[in-house]
Amino acid sequence: MRKIFVFFITYFIVAATTAQDMTPLVKKARAKLDLVSDYSAEGVMKTDIIFIKAPISKIKVYFKKPNKFKLKKDGGISLLPKGGISVNMSTIVAVDDYVALAAGTAIIDGYKTTIVKLLPNNEASNIVLTTMYIDEENMLVRKAITTTKENGTYEMQMQYGAYAKYGLPDKVYFTFNTKDYKLPKGITLEFDEPGQKNELDKLKNKKGKVEISYTNYVINKGISEDVFK
Amino acid sequence: MWKLTQIELYKIFQRPRTFISFGAITALIAAVQIGLKVDGKSYVDFMLSTTSSLEIEGNILNGYLICYIILQMLLINVPLLITLIAADMISGEANMGTLRVLLTKPFSRTEFVLAKFFAATVYTLLLLIWLAILALFVSMLVFGTDDLFLFKSSYIVLIKETDVFWRYCGAFAFAAIAMTTVAALGFFLSVFSENSIGPIVSTMSIIVFLTVLSTMNIPFYSLIKPYLFVTHMNNWKEFFDQQVNENNEAIIGTIQSPQKIVNSLIILVLHIIGFVGASIYFFRKRDILS
Repeated sequence: MRKIFVFFITYFIVAATTAQDMTPLVKKARAKLDLVSDYSAEGVMKTDIIFIKAPISKIKVYFKKPNKFKLKKDGGISLLPKGGISVNMSTIVAVDDYVALAAGTAIIDGYKTTIVKLLPNNEASNIVLTTMYIDEENMLVRKAITTTKENGTYEMQMQYGAYAKYGLPDKVYFTFNTKDYKLPKGITLEFDEPGQKNELDKLKNKKGKVEISYTNYVINKGISEDVFK
Repeated sequence: MWKLTQIELYKIFQRPRTFISFGAITALIAAVQIGLKVDGKSYVDFMLSTTSSLEIEGNILNGYLICYIILQMLLINVPLLITLIAADMISGEANMGTLRVLLTKPFSRTEFVLAKFFAATVYTLLLLIWLAILALFVSMLVFGTDDLFLFKSSYIVLIKETDVFWRYCGAFAFAAIAMTTVAALGFFLSVFSENSIGPIVSTMSIIVFLTVLSTMNIPFYSLIKPYLFVTHMNNWKEFFDQQVNENNEAIIGTIQSPQKIVNSLIILVLHIIGFVGASIYFFRKRDILS
């Protein structure tokens, strides 16, 4: 009886210790991203938000350590989830003061990943919780779900290619919650025909998606501060 | 008949009241442009407050959006300005007592009616061209150009800058047909009157009445709504809605419902033919001796 008790106590201590011990894994993933001091990349952005009809647009992104990120559209008007698109992997893992907990494993895009939950210690942080799906074999973050205080929950899924050695994705799928959009018809001077309303109601409560395909990364060549102003 | 049309145009542009319409449009557009130049940010912020989950960057308040705002407001009121001239074309002659003299000239009554209607149409087109110059080209000059970001009641449309101009060309061409329909109605009513006030007020009353009817979502009226010309007059806006593919990506160079535009044009043209045809029919029967 005593032996069984000691076994269970030992098991729970070991399990608990393991759950608390994901910081080294996060640091390893971060070490890969630390190879990049700055980068710029060209890309194509697709916006899939149910109440927006927008064409595909060319964009350019800029990143500079520790957490400066700017997305610029190649001319024209850009639509981005509020406060969300700037939450790229470099800025997520740049958080120093956190608790990293293990939360099991999952298969993402055919890769076995370890789920890590990051809890910032700083109560003033806008990020409440980040769940990362880390591919330990390639040391890449395949997916991240970030819950913020002000802007809801964002989900990022990454696909890697030529720039995987720097931890930079070729493709990012960004999913976020959208609020309903409605303007009084008196302002828009539009009067729907009966039947149109039901079709629009069916489309409510759908998540917004932004897909960015990156090309032509320019890494560690220096970026002017003016870009981020 | 071209000669007769030229004479009618000369008569139209000799009247000072013809230029009231041009002056009114200039003043209204200038007022909107100045207002939006001074405090357009408040307008944009109000509209953007409905998209609180999104961050929108770029020159939203550009010349293309300003033109759309102006057209939305003005194309409802322009019929009044067109009616001032079109509804006076024949009744004005009757009022001045020149109708009998005019019809002694070697023209048929049909040629006389058509020449007057063509003159009224030219006036309508010139008014719209003036509107286009001020609302589109001056706005482009003052506010610059960028993508067109349109707030509709249930969704937002983002049209690429390179994909906008042809839509305005289409919208103005459509508006020309719509406004010609109004001119045709006013012209038709002027056949029956001895003074200008009656046809002008009647035309406006009919437009207001039918507009109210066409905006009411009552099933009983829905049966007749597709056949009312006022239901179709606002469909120039269809040029500013685009199709999306299965991934919800807007397809550049497309119109959401081109068939809707074609249907509206057919209804409007049929009304023009109907009003002008009826004008000829009744004017040929009109007793001008009394």
